[in-house]
Amino acid sequence: MSTSTPSKSRVNAFLDSDIFYNFRKSRVTVVATIVTLAMLLSAALAPWIAPHNPFDVATLSLLNSELPPSWAEGGDPRFFLGTDGQGRDMFSAILYGSRISLSVGLVSVALAMVIGVVVGLLSGYFGGLVDAVFMRVADVMLSFPTILVALLISGIARGALPREMHDSAALIVLVFAITITTWVQYARTVRGSTLVELNQEYVLAARLVGRRPMAIIFLHILPNVLGPVLVISTINLAMAVLIEATLSFLGVGMPPTNPSLGTLIRVGNEYLFSGIWWVVIFPSLTLVVLVLAVNLLGDWLRDTLNPKLR
Amino acid sequence: MSQTHSNPLLEVRNLTIDFDTRHGALRAVDDISFQLAPGEILGLVGESGAGKSLTGTAIIGLLESPGYISGGEILFKGERIDNLTQEEMRRLRGRKIGAIFQDPLTSLNPLLTVGTQLIETILTHLDMNREQARKRALELLEEVGIPAPDQRIDNYPHQFSGGMRQRVVIALALCANPMLIIADEPTTALDVSIQAQILSILKKLCYENGAAIILVTHDMGVIAETADRVAVMYAGRLVELGPVDQVIKAPKHPYTVGLMGSIPVVGSQAERLIQIEGAMPRLTDIPNGCAFHPRCGQAFELCSSRKPEMRQLDKNQVACLLFEGES
Amino acid sequence: MFAFVIRRIIQSVLVMLAVAMIAFAMFRFVGDPVNSMLPENASTQERGELRAQLGLDAPVTVQFTRFVTGAAQGKFGISYRNKRPVSDLIAERLPATLELVFSAAIFALAVGVPMGVYTALHRRGFISNLLQIISLIGISVPTFVTGILLILVFSVWLNWLPSFGRGEVEQLGWWSTGFLTVSGLKSLILPAIMLGLFQVTLIMRLVRAEMLEVLRSDYVRFARARGLVNRAVNYGHALRNTLMPVITIVGLQLGSMIAFAIITETVFQWPGMGLLFIQAVSFADIPVMSAYLVLVSLFFVAINMIVDLLYFVVDPRLSVNNKASG
Repeated sequence: MSTSTPSKSRVNAFLDSDIFYNFRKSRVTVVATIVTLAMLLSAALAPWIAPHNPFDVATLSLLNSELPPSWAEGGDPRFFLGTDGQGRDMFSAILYGSRISLSVGLVSVALAMVIGVVVGLLSGYFGGLVDAVFMRVADVMLSFPTILVALLISGIARGALPREMHDSAALIVLVFAITITTWVQYARTVRGSTLVELNQEYVLAARLVGRRPMAIIFLHILPNVLGPVLVISTINLAMAVLIEATLSFLGVGMPPTNPSLGTLIRVGNEYLFSGIWWVVIFPSLTLVVLVLAVNLLGDWLRDTLNPKLR
Repeated sequence: MSQTHSNPLLEVRNLTIDFDTRHGALRAVDDISFQLAPGEILGLVGESGAGKSLTGTAIIGLLESPGYISGGEILFKGERIDNLTQEEMRRLRGRKIGAIFQDPLTSLNPLLTVGTQLIETILTHLDMNREQARKRALELLEEVGIPAPDQRIDNYPHQFSGGMRQRVVIALALCANPMLIIADEPTTALDVSIQAQILSILKKLCYENGAAIILVTHDMGVIAETADRVAVMYAGRLVELGPVDQVIKAPKHPYTVGLMGSIPVVGSQAERLIQIEGAMPRLTDIPNGCAFHPRCGQAFELCSSRKPEMRQLDKNQVACLLFEGES
Repeated sequence: MFAFVIRRIIQSVLVMLAVAMIAFAMFRFVGDPVNSMLPENASTQERGELRAQLGLDAPVTVQFTRFVTGAAQGKFGISYRNKRPVSDLIAERLPATLELVFSAAIFALAVGVPMGVYTALHRRGFISNLLQIISLIGISVPTFVTGILLILVFSVWLNWLPSFGRGEVEQLGWWSTGFLTVSGLKSLILPAIMLGLFQVTLIMRLVRAEMLEVLRSDYVRFARARGLVNRAVNYGHALRNTLMPVITIVGLQLGSMIAFAIITETVFQWPGMGLLFIQAVSFADIPVMSAYLVLVSLFFVAINMIVDLLYFVVDPRLSVNNKASG
């Protein structure tokens, strides 16, 4: 049965690989990836593709307020998903809102990744007191629910800032809070991987040759510990978006003047009892679809990259 | 042509086990046939991955997907058991066919006492009440040589040493007096000094109960000590089958010859152990014709295209083209 | 075992002290209590009086000691927002949150465990896959959206259940309970479901994963090889061994439920500690925030310790120590 195979090009090798096979076979994952990419794209291009600018007060008119979606009775084709109490177009508001939600999420995760990976590498490589301190802190932080830590940090920031600045600094405070709650997991995982890599021959060899520790850490060890980081990142992105949405919903996140999806849901919640359901349902749906898509992608990544399940 | 016994206890005919993978079906066990007489001890020997454990698993009906029996039959006391329902098979297990696995630590539930596990098994198969079952459990523990059984019966598995645990496992497997025991590497996880004890207990109890044993192992030494007959497997196929002393002293198949030569013998003058070049092929890469021919010093041209069949040769059966035409 | 208990108690005390330090630091250094409590146009003299009254002119270590001793007695100062002692506020709100968390936990276990067992035993069935998909959606839907949906369906459309408040409560000493009145129980249903629902998906996935792992183990295989009936294998062996680690993790989840109650209480305007905390964060009411921090940490630490001890009691490998030789 053994035949000699001619050398394939790398693209062919990838397309033929187990990973891509699993990807193609799992229709759910393909759909999830497409959805995620679509949402990322539309959020990024929001200022250009949104039909209206919901934050330009001059364009708003109370005559347009509380209109149902365009396909319902009384709807206006100009406002695809209806309008809110101030006459803002829901579709545009959702586009801008998802932009904020995704920005906060992506930036927080990126920052957390950088901090966490660096801490993990240094902690694993140098060990000793540095390691002990970092990991104790990580332990304590991980034993508390992330929401609580995020809320606490948000509260402290608000206490430290004068009242007028609360709204304008909201974005930075949010990113800060979420980053602090998220870096821990990266650090833990990367530290574990680093400890494993330390025993590998290439590290011992590099040390023998006399390379400087920083070079060893960042040029040699780093590429080898990045695997699990990818999986964690997708899951953390979903988590970051959820935390931001929750904080905004609770009223301590993005303000209504620059709303994220969570803020939109909070504001829309007040209209629930008057039968104006579209103001809260559509942002909620968008949020759910986004998080679900990212979670599915993360789930699939984790299953595929898990050696135990092969 | 297999050597026929009258009324064999177990008969395996052309058993084939496949695995479903995305590359297609992989053949893990290829057309093996053998018989087992009542009370006989048959050794099933081969390297890891040769398919011997799978054979044992299939006989007791615990083969799990993606593996499945794709051909052949298994007959127990003359009746087919490979096509029974799960429930029918369950009734056979423990009562007529028992099994012992390799690692005694993981074979026992750590959260239940040894007594609980024994009594539960006894009550499943034998018609007794709790008190009688407990008495029987105590008897069993004594038979396998556990000291102070009335104290130890309420102990947890982790409170026993490795050898003692395996004795408990044997007691559990034998509590309903099955006629056939499949012992899958029963001594591999134990200290060498304990191995002999365990083997002798197993042998003694099975002899007293008239139970037959299929002893699956990669250790020829264990076979030499314990088995009556031995079947050698390679890459999912049977290559040699015969009485133990015949196969060990006068092996016919080149693979078996290599196996025997690789065993160190105390007192011999050999300077180097024979090592067979290469390694057993993976299931995805089994060569055409005879599976062993790439490593065989005596291979000739036909070996790479024709698959050898088991043929009777004196007291042994061999599957090798060297011996075709000699039956 | 005794040594273990002592060690854990000491560890817990150390953690609580660390938390107290953080809470105190918040209390003292973030923002200015005096400015927060007095109107803008208060005179310097009034500020000085308040400063002395609050003990803010003493050295930091003294203030910390006072803080810790006060906290140990349940005194956390005065709320900036309500101008009432924080301990009073907490005493009023604590029963509401605890009853909510308790009900949610019961709900989560009663639904999550059976579902987890079912999906583990029937791996390929249609219902199994459906439940798994629902659980995946479950952890993607933010809890507050679930709450809003629950209100939409059961309060707005069907008008079966109330959507805010606790209903009528009975006073038993300083504890106010909603378990004894019909309106109290009715008000409890939706919030308990919302809080418990997230845990349901978690528990279900946990039980399933754990049970699948156990079903693959050697002792289950051996149990089957001995011909034990399916029920004995699945429940007597597999489920028993699954529940052990599951129970400990669920215990730990109790702590996080107390935190998630914040969201539930906001959605349903449930007058508990969570709602109090959110209002405090909005307002930067530091005394309430630090009191909440200390209290929740206490719960966490206590639960962690109880769970660890539980392991000791339940796992014979840890409790029964005499390893006899053989």
